Amino acid sequence: MEKVIEMRGITKIFPGIIANDNVNFELRKGEIHVLLGENGAGKTTLMNILYGLYQPDKGEIYVNGKKVDIKGPSDAIALGIGMVHQHFMLVHNFTVAENIILGSEPKVGLKIDYKKAVNDVKELADKYGFKVDPNSIIEDITVGQQQKVEILKALYRGAEILILDEPTAVLTPQEIEELGQILKNLVKEGKSIILITHKLKEVMNMSDRVTIIRRGKIIDTVNTKDVDMDTLAEMMVGRKVNLVVQKDPPKVGDVVLKIENLEALDHRKLPKLKGVNLEVRAGEILGIAGVDGNGQTELVEVITGLRKATGGKVILNGQDITNKTPKEIIEAGISNIPEDRHKHGLVLKFSLIENAVLGQHDKEPFSKGILMNYNKIREYAKKLIDDFDVRTPSEEVHAGALSGGNQQKFIAAREITKDPYLLIATQPTRGLDVGAIEYIHKRLVEERDKGKAVLLVSLELDEVMALSDRIAVMYDGKIVGILDADKTNEMELGILMAGGTLKKEGEHDKQ
Amino acid sequence: MHSITISLFVSLIAATLRLSTPIIFAALGGVISERSGVVNIGLEGIMIAGAFFAVLGSYLTQNAWVGILFAILAGMGIALIHAVLSINLRADQTISGVSINIFSAALMSFLLFKIFAREGQTDGVTQLSYPKEFFKSIPFIGNLLAELNWFVFIAFILAILLHLMLYYTPLGLRIRSVGEHPKAADTLGINVYKIRYLCVLLSGAFAGLGGASLSLGATNLFREGMVSGKGFIALAAMIFGNWKPFGALAASLLFGFAEAFRIVAQGFGWKVPDEVYYSFPYVLTMLMLAGFVGKTTPPAADGIPYTKGER
Repeated sequence: MEKVIEMRGITKIFPGIIANDNVNFELRKGEIHVLLGENGAGKTTLMNILYGLYQPDKGEIYVNGKKVDIKGPSDAIALGIGMVHQHFMLVHNFTVAENIILGSEPKVGLKIDYKKAVNDVKELADKYGFKVDPNSIIEDITVGQQQKVEILKALYRGAEILILDEPTAVLTPQEIEELGQILKNLVKEGKSIILITHKLKEVMNMSDRVTIIRRGKIIDTVNTKDVDMDTLAEMMVGRKVNLVVQKDPPKVGDVVLKIENLEALDHRKLPKLKGVNLEVRAGEILGIAGVDGNGQTELVEVITGLRKATGGKVILNGQDITNKTPKEIIEAGISNIPEDRHKHGLVLKFSLIENAVLGQHDKEPFSKGILMNYNKIREYAKKLIDDFDVRTPSEEVHAGALSGGNQQKFIAAREITKDPYLLIATQPTRGLDVGAIEYIHKRLVEERDKGKAVLLVSLELDEVMALSDRIAVMYDGKIVGILDADKTNEMELGILMAGGTLKKEGEHDKQ
Repeated sequence: MHSITISLFVSLIAATLRLSTPIIFAALGGVISERSGVVNIGLEGIMIAGAFFAVLGSYLTQNAWVGILFAILAGMGIALIHAVLSINLRADQTISGVSINIFSAALMSFLLFKIFAREGQTDGVTQLSYPKEFFKSIPFIGNLLAELNWFVFIAFILAILLHLMLYYTPLGLRIRSVGEHPKAADTLGINVYKIRYLCVLLSGAFAGLGGASLSLGATNLFREGMVSGKGFIALAAMIFGNWKPFGALAASLLFGFAEAFRIVAQGFGWKVPDEVYYSFPYVLTMLMLAGFVGKTTPPAADGIPYTKGER
């Protein structure tokens, strides 16, 4: 079959790490080819090289059989390569049409021909059945629509080869299905697609072939129909992986956290939480599922005292903690593994010793009066590192020097060791490799088994489903449904996440 | 209306326009630089250079237009330092701007002493000729036009041109995209560095013109301290104007009006102490700060150096 892309012997070295080590990769015309690997395996680096964002230190690239030198994105675009980045490259206050034409604007005289731009975009969107209005401002449309704008951007430039970097990370299950259909239509038109992902289910559903990359090296390229998920997982991680979280039925106790009609504003002073009601009980993991931006972040911020509630109550063990300071809330017994470990979890330029006692640095035995007791703090840091198997040369190093997985383990160690009543974990495994994910999951389940209440917030539906005992779906600032994890499925949750309602049993016939 | 009231009114408007002009130039310079994502706090220093070189050019050639050309080139020269520091070397843009202000003021004093062999101020030079009598013959607005100078017109034209450029041309779209999301622009093959260089250099040209409008428009000489914070007022005007050319224009006019009112109102003969008039521009600034600043939004990538190929 015809090869549209061939990358030979690509090597890319970043300070301290070989991101791509003598990598060979090929894409055939009209196929969907998944590039599978863990976070940090070098998938995105390889594709950024193909798109001209990085220059390889070694290696050659052939497009349609011809050797090419891709110096920048404009070279890649000229060769018919388009890329949809994981973090969308959209200007938030531009219209859809402006974002699409940027860099190759239609002109009348010196001016941009906005009329033609809008018409062209509309035509292109209609051709592929995308429902996007060329005149909408990016920040007003959904993430799913933004992704379509990104795809249109590539198609507008005449892309024949489309690279999508983790395209499903921000989508609901239904949107993922729709994306799958879109990709199939594109392939029918003769386009070729490279899909970067670390999710095995998508590989199985969407691809023709898979190339597995691990620590910068290609492990193998296989036909999707010849493999199964377990094999792929093993190739990706390099050892047998337990894809299922092991847990016993929960021993549920009293209500620990009770949230009543909670309301709050977002950073633009618009209502974001619109009456949240929720209970988390001792000995259970309550997972909050939902598409990004439906109020999950704000909910956690209000509970932990980082954002003011404008209405409603947060009650911990019967004690009203609404709008208390974070310090008071920590002292009341809430621990938090925050969403952004770099911004809110650690002070990256502090040593692990100092990071170990953040939030309790003013308590005995870590300090006495106005003086810190660094001997005690150092001991404590060592204990955290030992207990949670944090891989670090010593407790003296800056937190920023650790890998993401070890940073997260360290935060988990600090927060769990505080022995809270309620443990909140937001996106606890984002960007971690499979080993670290397994470990964090295990520890969360352990805490639940010890009788703690655990509130899990995650955008990864698989994670919510694997860990939770009950699942609350959040949509548009409200909890729209609470389901038992063992009695629901992805379809049901997906409908709720998209703002739909579940029909009662038996109502299907009436339709 | 009494003729005295009319003439007071006319001179108030004329003074507003004249006093706004340097601020308009520099504020537009600020707009174009910051729209591309480079904070240019060095406007003040660039204006000083513009003011001095305008006089120097006119002094050497007896032609005020050459003076203006000198001012533009000097402004771009100083802006180039800021561009190299903040775009290529990724220095802190505030620090770079502040050092440019200090450096430029000192350099101009030095050159003043070296070239004119005087301290404090230069000799008087050829001013930009302005057909006062011709304008006076125009009915209705003639009296007003006669009170102005060419710089006023140039400033308004530049504001319109900048508006058209930013919002109607491909270059403008690219500049705005670079100021909001440079990486998005980069991934579409737009050269972020090139655009930023262009914008910072243009901002130097604008602020240089603003300086020239002080030394060749309002007077015919360069005096140390004649810029006296107008570059900073221009920054404020840019912010009040929400980083938009017409907004910056309107805000500059408001500042110019405050100054003009101070001067003209002293002629009203109201029984208030002089200090009240002097406080007027500052009171207005505070009122504007309290009323408007909360609503403005800078370009998202303003002041953040762009590193190509960063992980």
